[in-house]
Amino acid sequence: MPTDEALLDSLQRAAFDYFLRTVNPLNGLVADTSRDNSPVSIAVVGFALSSYPVAVERGWMARSDAVQCSLAALRFFRNSDQSGSPTATGFKGFYYHFLDIHTGARVWRSELSMIDTALLIAGALTASMYFTAETADEIELRGLVDFLYRRIDWHWAQDDGETIRQGWKPECGFLHYGWEGYSEAILLYVLAMGSPTHPIKGGCYQAWTATYQWENLYGHDYLYAGPLFVHHFSHAWIDFRGIHDSFMHEKRSDYFENSRRAAYVQREYAQRNPHEFAGYDENCWGLSACDGPSDEQADVSNETRRLFGYAARGVPYGPDDGTLSAPSVLSSLPFAPEIVLDAVRNMMERYPQTLTEGRFCSSFNPTLADADGRPWTSAGHYGLDQGIVLMMIENHRTGWIWQLMRSCPCIRSGLHHAGFRGGWLQPPCIHGAR
Amino acid sequence: MPPQNNVPIATLQDAYEHARLANVHPAAWQNPKPADWYQLVIVGAGPAGIAAAETAAALGARVALIERHLIGGTCLNTGCVPSKTLIRTSRLYADMRNATHYGAQIPDDIRVDFAAVMERVRRIRSHLSRGDSARRLTALGVDVFFGNACFTGTDVLTVNDKTLHFKKAVIATGARPHIPSIPGLREAGCLTNADVFKLTELPRRLLVIGGGPLGCELAQAFCRFGAQVTIVQDMPLFLGKEERDAAQILSDAFERDGIEVRLNTDVVAIRVENGQKLVDLVSDDYRNTIAVDAILTGVGRTPNVEGLNLEAAGVDYAAGDGIRVDDFLCTSNPHIYAAGDVCLTYQYTDTATVSARIVVQNALFHGRERLSALVIPWCTFTDPEIAHVGLYVREANRQHIPVKTFTIPMHDIDRAVTDSEDGGFVKIHVRERTDQILGATIVARHAGDMINEITLAMVAGIGLRTLARVIHAYPTQAEAIRQAADAYNRTRLTPRIQSRLRRWLIRNTP
Repeated sequence: MPTDEALLDSLQRAAFDYFLRTVNPLNGLVADTSRDNSPVSIAVVGFALSSYPVAVERGWMARSDAVQCSLAALRFFRNSDQSGSPTATGFKGFYYHFLDIHTGARVWRSELSMIDTALLIAGALTASMYFTAETADEIELRGLVDFLYRRIDWHWAQDDGETIRQGWKPECGFLHYGWEGYSEAILLYVLAMGSPTHPIKGGCYQAWTATYQWENLYGHDYLYAGPLFVHHFSHAWIDFRGIHDSFMHEKRSDYFENSRRAAYVQREYAQRNPHEFAGYDENCWGLSACDGPSDEQADVSNETRRLFGYAARGVPYGPDDGTLSAPSVLSSLPFAPEIVLDAVRNMMERYPQTLTEGRFCSSFNPTLADADGRPWTSAGHYGLDQGIVLMMIENHRTGWIWQLMRSCPCIRSGLHHAGFRGGWLQPPCIHGAR
Repeated sequence: MPPQNNVPIATLQDAYEHARLANVHPAAWQNPKPADWYQLVIVGAGPAGIAAAETAAALGARVALIERHLIGGTCLNTGCVPSKTLIRTSRLYADMRNATHYGAQIPDDIRVDFAAVMERVRRIRSHLSRGDSARRLTALGVDVFFGNACFTGTDVLTVNDKTLHFKKAVIATGARPHIPSIPGLREAGCLTNADVFKLTELPRRLLVIGGGPLGCELAQAFCRFGAQVTIVQDMPLFLGKEERDAAQILSDAFERDGIEVRLNTDVVAIRVENGQKLVDLVSDDYRNTIAVDAILTGVGRTPNVEGLNLEAAGVDYAAGDGIRVDDFLCTSNPHIYAAGDVCLTYQYTDTATVSARIVVQNALFHGRERLSALVIPWCTFTDPEIAHVGLYVREANRQHIPVKTFTIPMHDIDRAVTDSEDGGFVKIHVRERTDQILGATIVARHAGDMINEITLAMVAGIGLRTLARVIHAYPTQAEAIRQAADAYNRTRLTPRIQSRLRRWLIRNTP
C-alpha cells in the first residue's frame, strides 16, 4: 500500500496529465471532458492555467513549455471576438461558458458566464503571479493577464441590481437566475471588487451574504451549502485560514473551518443514508455537482428510481440518487485530511472502477451495480474535477498556491473591499515601527 | 365587480348546493328593518366580517352585517374549504399509486371519478356552511342584510334602498382573484379559485399560471387526479417568499408527481385553435408552445374596494393595494376600520379573523391592539406542506439581527421514517447565542399542524431551552421540534463547560 504522500503524488500527477492530454496547443483551450467532441469549458482553462506553475514546481513540465501553454491561451482570449454576437467568444470582458476547441467560438448556445469567467481569470492571475521573470515571454504573459482582468466589466454584470447576475445571452439578455445562499461565488465577488477598472458597486457583497444561512445540522454549526464543491472552488486560490469578513467574524469562524465542517456534515449524511443507497458509509460519501446516470433504469431491487444525470447533488436535501463524487471528497483534503484520506483509500479499494488512468471519474453509483457488483461509473474524466483535485492536493501538501496568491494585489484588494480582515491580510509588521 | 372570463361555469344545482345557499344566501331572505343606528356596521361577511359580528354581538353591541354575495366569503365558498377537501382526495390517489412503497398492493384499477370528487367537495362545503348561516348569525343578535353597501357619508351607508347609521363601521369586503394581463387570456378563458370548484369534469391538460400557494396546491391536486399539468412560474422557484430549500423540495415533489415544471418562464400569448388553447412560453432564450384544455391562474388577489363609494366615507384606498389602515386597523376616517384581505398583506383566513377581533376591541372599547404585534403563521398545503412563522433568515440578516438556524431533516425523525414521509425539515431560527425563537420554516407532510407549536412558543415568549423540556409524545413527527431544541442545548455544552463537568464528576463520584 503506498504511503499517503505517494498516493497523493500519483493522484495529483494523473490529474495534471488530464490537461496535457486535452489541451489544444494551438490556442491553449482545454476540453471540458475527455469524451469525444467535448467543447472547451472556460473554467477548465482557468484550472489548467493554475496547474502549469504547480507542474513546473514539481518537475512535471519545463518552465518554457508552461509559459508557451499559458501564452497560447491568454493570447487567444485577448484576440477573441468580444462582440457578444451569438457566435463570438465573449462580451464585456466575460466569456461564454462553452467554446469550440478549434475556433474558440461559442457552442451549445451557452451563457456568458460570470462565475466561469472568474475561474478562468483566477487561473490567469495564478500564472501572472508565478511567471515573474523578466523575459520577453513572461513579461508578455503578465501584460496579457493584466489586460484581460482590466477588460472585465464586473459592474455591468450587476445589471443595476444588488448582486451579480449569473449569466447573459445575446438572445435574451441577463438570465433570470440569481445567486442566493453561500456558493462558490465568493471568488467571483472578490475578483469583482478588486478590479481597478470596473468594480462592482455599493453593498453588492453584503447583499449577497445577506442570503447566507448559518445552520446547526447533524451537530455541526456551519454556513450551509448543499453540494460539496461549493466549499472548495474559491478555496483553490484563496487561503481563507484566519481571515474573516463581517459574517464570519460574527460567527467566530472562517471559511476554511466552514469547509472542514461541510466535509463532516457530508460524511454524517452518508452514515445516516436516509434513502438507503448502496455503499454509503463513513468512508464513502461526497454529494456534489457531478455526472450521473440519467435514464430511468431498474436497480438491484427492480424498483424504478429517479436519476438526475449531471446535477448539483447536495446534502441533506438532495438531489440524491445514490451517485457519489470521489473527486469532491479528495478536494476536501486540506480541510479534513483525517477523514478524507480514509475515505479516498476506501473508495479506491472498494470501487477500483472509479479510477482510470490513475484519475477519478466524475462519479459512481453503487446502487446501480451490474451483475458482477461493479458500480455505474461516469465515462472518462471531467476537467473541473481534475483541476480542483490537483490544486487541493497541492494546497494540502505545501500550501504553495495559497502562499503564491496571498501576494496577488487584486485578490488582496478584493478581500479588503469585501470586509475581510485579520490573519495574513494584516499589513506586515515592520521591525522597529510603532 | 370581479372581472369575468368568457367561459362562465354554471354552479351545479344539487341538494348540497341548495343547502349551502340556504345557509349563506337564502333565496327568500328579507332584510330586517334597520335600527335607528348601529354601534357597529360590518361590510362583508367573510371570515373577518363574521368574526367581527360574532365578537361584537357577544359583547352586547348592536351590529349589522352586510353581504353582497355569499356569507363565508372566499374561505368557505371558493377557498380553503373546497381546496383542502379536494387536496385530501388527491393525496389518497397519490398514496394508492405509491402503495408498493408501503409494502401494499397498488389497486388493480385506479380510476378517478372526478364528478364524485367534486360531489364530496360540495357535500363537505355545504356541511360546514351551517356554521356561517344567516340564521345562526341572526340568532346571535346580528342584523343580517344582503345587498350592495354604499357609503353616503362618514357615518352612514345604504344597503339597497335602506339607510344604516353607524357609530363605527368595519370594511371587510375581502379580495378577488387577479387576472394577469396576458394577450389572449381573457378571450381563451381561464379558471380562478372563484370557479374552479364548479368543475365537474377533469380537464385533460391543464396549465397553471403562477407558482404561489393556490397555483401550487391545485397544480398538484389536479395532477394527482390524472390531468396533464404544466405549471409556469416567472421566478427561479415556487413560493417566492419561502426559503430556497423549501421551494426546491416542492419543485422536486412536483417533478416526482409528473407535473411539467417551467420555472423562470413567462406566458406571453394565448390563442384558441381547434378547440384547444395554445400557449406561448418563453424561458430566457427558449420559446415553445403548449396545447392545453384549461388554464388556471393563481397570481395574486385584488382587494374589493369598488362600488363602496369610499370617497364619501373619507376612506383612503388604492385600487391594487386596498384600504389604507394604521397599525390599529383604523382607516383615514376615525370611525371606520378595515379587516381581512381588503387591507392586509397577509391574506389568510386566520389573520382575517384575528384582525376583526382587533377591530372590535379598538373600535368599540377604545382598545390599542396593534396589527404588528401579531405572530402570523401560514402554510401552503402541498405535499409536503410548507409552513412558516416569524422572520426569514434573509429578513433577519437585513435587519442585522444575528441569526442561527437549528435544522432537523425529517429523515432523522422516527415517525416520519415509519410513515415514509421523511422528505422535508424543521428549521428553527433563533437569535444567535440565545434561545429566542425568531421564526421557523417546516416542510413536512403535516407541517401546517406542526408550525402551531412554534407559533405558541413565539407568542408566549418560550425559548428553545423550554421546548427541550416539553415531552413530545413518541413517535410523532412534531418530535422534530424537540430535537431542534435538544440540538440547541448541546451547543451550550462548550468544551470548557464539558471539562468542568468532567472534573466535577471525578471529584463527586464515589
